[in-house]
Amino acid sequence: MSQTIKMTTPLISAKAIQKTYKTGQHEVRVLRGAGISASEGEFISVIGQSGSGKSTMLHVLGLLDAPDVGEVMYEGRRIDNLNETARDLLRNRVFGFIFQFYHLLPELSLLENVMAPLMIRYSMWNYWKQRRSIKQQALEILEQVGLGHRTKHRPSQLSGGELQRGAIARALITKPRILLADEPTGNLDADTGQEIMTLLKQLNEESRLTIVMVTHDEAVASQGHRTVRLKEGRIETATIAKTGVATAM
Amino acid sequence: MYKVLLCIRYLRTRYIALASIVSVMLGVATMIVVNSVMAGFTTEMRDRIHGYLADVLIESRNADGISDSVGLLNQVHDAVGEHVEAATCTVEMPGVVSMDIRGETYTTPVTIIGIVPSEKARVGPLLDCLGSYNTTTENGNVHPALRSRDVPVGWELTRDAAERRRALMEQREFLLRDQGLLETSQTTESAPQNSIVADATESETLQAPDFDEPQTADSDVPSPFDIENPFDDFDDVTPGIRKEPHDARIYIGEGLISYQVRDPETGNLEKVMMLQPGEDVTLTTVTRGRPPKPVSFEATICDVFRSGMSEYDSQLVLMNLEELQKNRGMLTLDENGDVTGDAVTSIQIKLNDYAHAETVVQRLKAAFPPGMVTVRTWESKQGLLLSAVEMETAILNVLLFLIITVAGFGILAIFFMIVVEKTRDIGILKSLGASSQGVMSIFLSYGLGLGLVGSVAGVSMGLLFVHHINQIEQTLSWLTGRRVFDRDIYYFSSIPTQVSPTMVFWVAVGAIGIAVLASVLPARRASRLHPVRALRFD
Repeated sequence: MSQTIKMTTPLISAKAIQKTYKTGQHEVRVLRGAGISASEGEFISVIGQSGSGKSTMLHVLGLLDAPDVGEVMYEGRRIDNLNETARDLLRNRVFGFIFQFYHLLPELSLLENVMAPLMIRYSMWNYWKQRRSIKQQALEILEQVGLGHRTKHRPSQLSGGELQRGAIARALITKPRILLADEPTGNLDADTGQEIMTLLKQLNEESRLTIVMVTHDEAVASQGHRTVRLKEGRIETATIAKTGVATAM
Repeated sequence: MYKVLLCIRYLRTRYIALASIVSVMLGVATMIVVNSVMAGFTTEMRDRIHGYLADVLIESRNADGISDSVGLLNQVHDAVGEHVEAATCTVEMPGVVSMDIRGETYTTPVTIIGIVPSEKARVGPLLDCLGSYNTTTENGNVHPALRSRDVPVGWELTRDAAERRRALMEQREFLLRDQGLLETSQTTESAPQNSIVADATESETLQAPDFDEPQTADSDVPSPFDIENPFDDFDDVTPGIRKEPHDARIYIGEGLISYQVRDPETGNLEKVMMLQPGEDVTLTTVTRGRPPKPVSFEATICDVFRSGMSEYDSQLVLMNLEELQKNRGMLTLDENGDVTGDAVTSIQIKLNDYAHAETVVQRLKAAFPPGMVTVRTWESKQGLLLSAVEMETAILNVLLFLIITVAGFGILAIFFMIVVEKTRDIGILKSLGASSQGVMSIFLSYGLGLGLVGSVAGVSMGLLFVHHINQIEQTLSWLTGRRVFDRDIYYFSSIPTQVSPTMVFWVAVGAIGIAVLASVLPARRASRLHPVRALRFD
């Protein structure tokens, strides 16, 4: 059985990324030339042990961190060397982030947390003009992630699973093209973790949302289309799962 | 939008920020209260000085004065007539007042001012300064005014004063008779000479009158200066008996004839009057001419002068202009003894609009020969005192503003703490696309918010305090058992305050500015946080 390798431009790619952190006098080489790319609609799992550089790779992809060496390309255009304003704009419009510890703002209600990215996007006047539609959007997304009844609650009043679904709702409100998930199930029990995975897969399948997910859990990783294994800052293997779209870097 | 939302939420949820708000509030309130009270006192003081000094003063450089008061006034009217509401001539001379109080003679340097009361009352609020026209509070007792304001101001004694004088003279008369020193047939109406140009012989005569002095047991040789001798005292206390008041009449500064003692039980200050209207004092000054000669004359106290400025009240003796001129030899007489001219040392002018004061001064300077007089506004005459008060207010403001600056450092410290506490939130915001400037403005507006809330609270608190300052003072006095603000010292029935909207505005703006400035450093730090490090922060 032959397999066609599509050589279309990937939606997002990181090429030969090197990243070194300095802690005092020590230098920690986190990424040593690793690369990754994802096409539109792909669900990629990045797996590796603690310290393998998988989270850093995600941060570099999402422009939260700049690589020392290497390039990050979005739709074939280099984005890691853009100025700060442009990078802020891309983070707000193109990427959606989900973190292991949910990272909802504790002072805001769930609804406000979900609306936060749009508050950041629009000026006060523009936000005020569209506040009703933004609120409606947020409520719909919360409904979609199953939190329609918890909108007024503060993060401290929500369970782990609810918090993570809230974080997903927040990531989705900007209608991002790429969802970057950093251990989204890492802090949840197996059942709740599975709920989150189901939600992510559903988003990937129904909305063709590109997802790059970092995890250390094989079972979780296997639910993506493709798994990229990182070890000591380098790509160890890239396995194609089910309907994968192979990439060799 | 998120900036405002977060800023409000941080304000509402971070109770530690309340500490900053309270410190800003207290600083602002203190500044408003102190400034208002200072302004109140200053205005009151200026009013009192102004009231006494009139708007513009023409003062002779020579103590002998300038001749022809009528001519001078005409000259003033010719020069600046359209601006003048009233003008009066006065004679100001240093002198001493000798008062006999309970057998002892007290001599105090004073400034004797000859005035025409009806004219003086037109250039300044003379009536407000005279005891008999005003309700007085003495040691907690309120005495109603002895005279209605409709009674024209003059040199008449009040009924109380006249009564007091009659009783005093009767008492003296009785004492003298009792001692056999006064013939029963001797009439009291033959008043002794009330003006003595004091030369050596006469002053001796005054000090040692020709009374038979009884011998005392322990003194064989009679000594006119022996204060142990009761008759010596007697002689000094009673230079004569005169039921009618002397021709020279005075309004004497309250500070000259009274002193205050603190009641050891209540802790309140009590005023003790040593002399009262109706009694006599001896005034000494110098005559006009070369060389000036000392001149002493007796004068009857008609009223007590109380301007509220302790400097004036303890120094001024206002007397009838003509008597002063007569005693100083400032009157020109023709061969029949009729007055044909007089000399005065100053002219006080009240303007119909004080805004023209400088023009008036310039024109008067041009109208009078510069070597003869000085022309000034009351402000430049009291320039030193007024600028000292202004300086005091300015220094006090600087010191008080330091309180708000201290509050600013409090905000700085608390903000740094909050930035550390909110590090992860800053990372989250950046991952959601917030710019560094956006993050910075959250904390800047947080500082602005703290400053605003603190200022508004401080302004309200300060204004409320100022508005109720007398009730607060009474409560404090009641609580501590001591009078916090002694009305007898300042002659104020209540604490004077004056709120200037400009001052309130600048205090509030200053406090907000400091709060914003104090938040700049923490805000910069927040904006420069690396998102990844911020996200990893635990």
